[in-house]
Amino acid sequence: MFNSSLSQLGAALRAKKISSVELTQSYLDRIATHNPVYNAYLTVDNKASLAQAAIADQLLATGSAQALTGIPIAQKDIFCAKGWRTTCGSKMLADFIAPYDAHVIEQFNRAGAVNLGKTNMDEFAMGSSNETSYFGPVRNPWNQNAVPGGSSGGAASAVAARLCAAATGTDTGGSIRQPAALCGITGIKPTYGTVSRYGMIAFASSLDQAGPMARSAEDCALMLNVMTGFDERDSTSLQREKEDYSRDLNKPLAGLRIGLPKEFFAEGLSADVGARVQEAIAEYRKLGAVIVGISLPNTRLAVPVYYVLAPAEASSNLSRFDGVRYGYRAPEYTDLADMYEKSRSQGFGEEVKRRIMIGTYVLSHGYYDAYYLQAQKIRRLIAQDFTDAFKQCDVIMGPTSPSTAFNLGEKGDDPVQMYLSDIYTIAVNLAGLPGMSIPCGFGTNEMPVGLQIIGNYFDEARMLNVAHQYQLATDWHSRAPKGF
Amino acid sequence: MSLSTADVQKVARLARLAMNDTEIEAARTQLSGIFELIAEMQAVDTAGIAPMSHAQDLSQRLREDRVTEDNQRELFQHIAPQVEDGLYLVPQVIE
Repeated sequence: MFNSSLSQLGAALRAKKISSVELTQSYLDRIATHNPVYNAYLTVDNKASLAQAAIADQLLATGSAQALTGIPIAQKDIFCAKGWRTTCGSKMLADFIAPYDAHVIEQFNRAGAVNLGKTNMDEFAMGSSNETSYFGPVRNPWNQNAVPGGSSGGAASAVAARLCAAATGTDTGGSIRQPAALCGITGIKPTYGTVSRYGMIAFASSLDQAGPMARSAEDCALMLNVMTGFDERDSTSLQREKEDYSRDLNKPLAGLRIGLPKEFFAEGLSADVGARVQEAIAEYRKLGAVIVGISLPNTRLAVPVYYVLAPAEASSNLSRFDGVRYGYRAPEYTDLADMYEKSRSQGFGEEVKRRIMIGTYVLSHGYYDAYYLQAQKIRRLIAQDFTDAFKQCDVIMGPTSPSTAFNLGEKGDDPVQMYLSDIYTIAVNLAGLPGMSIPCGFGTNEMPVGLQIIGNYFDEARMLNVAHQYQLATDWHSRAPKGF
Repeated sequence: MSLSTADVQKVARLARLAMNDTEIEAARTQLSGIFELIAEMQAVDTAGIAPMSHAQDLSQRLREDRVTEDNQRELFQHIAPQVEDGLYLVPQVIE
């Protein structure tokens, strides 16, 4: 049952082979067993989850169930869920009970899905290893000493360890795709503007985008069907007709043009990751795809540009945490300014403070043009690289991450080394394009390798088709870590 | 690029972050490393390129000016650190 697809679970629920209460309880039992080790969930509320399951069972009994009705879904702790503790991985929000639902949560509630709990994450989604979480790191089910990736590390670990049927994540610079790659699961970051950011705690508003993390492309398509949709409360939500992301899953791939950017296979890529990606490309050739060599010449600039723009936006977004209206307030202070400074210094972790300071610096008087404006101009060059590349190909493929999962504490105190591990994912956010990661084998340390698939704007259905056809031909996505 | 101690102190103050001398020095080293990475941008010729602030070329949506939110003061103040009579309490700012 824990290896069933979402459509299999849905069918079992609708056929009354299992109730949602039974299914939810069995996941909760599994979480109780494994979470003390993996720390994938920050909050589990058996009573609230089972109450939702009971409502789902009523819908199932009356025959008014939808695809995900009664299915337990793990929610990243960045999404406000009414009545649930919502921490964003930070001491600042350690006791914050959300007074309203994020749009994504509303969508799942409308679909009759069960909120199984809130998953661990890097603090305010700033990190690539889940080690910046105030609530401790998450462990990778493939090797307890390894990181799960980040920032959606709890979600990736929970999906890989079969501690949920599927999960939500968010991706500002790779936070869905990189942990999906490191934990051997499937995740997709849709086109910017496709999923509403309402109630999703903001990091870098022009880059943040939510998406599903699951065990297959087929499951991701069903999740995306629920998560997407116009929402007037997000000023960047796009008004588009509702899509069925499953519609093209079974299309053959003959004639598909896959672009391989030479910059994604250059220095810095681990040999084992490069080899697995090439094997996946060979599999696509067998499926009838045509390989096209392309270039994304400004790839190396994506990391520096990102580390100007994202911290700039973060420093502005996180100024709301002042210890006045909600969140942490320091126990002792002398005056108002002292209260702000102490509350923020004690409430934020090291990485968050670092990024607030970078952002404050690049936006400060005299530096704006040299940093922020220059970064915005190069952002256009990076986006233009993709526009040019998509004239020659239908999808772009490459590695998701330059290496497999590294060990906890391995990257130490050097933030730059950690930042560089997002080299292949960041440019996609800057351009606002959809990107996904699917498992394509294992590295020399027997840890999963992720294949990244980048699509043109609004081409999610085709990307899911491309991923699904590979998952029909191979079984990497259905491998489970030992003991799961 | 290397930041000075004064640079870091100024940024910490602007960002409303209290930091002691040890923290300032640690931040100075790490921020200098990050700005070295960022400095790669400076060599790029961007003359005539329009800045891209957003992934989609959107214009701001407008709507009718009407009340869309109910008053939920009690619900929202329930999670505040300190409130009294419907007001948020902060240290006195005017003598």
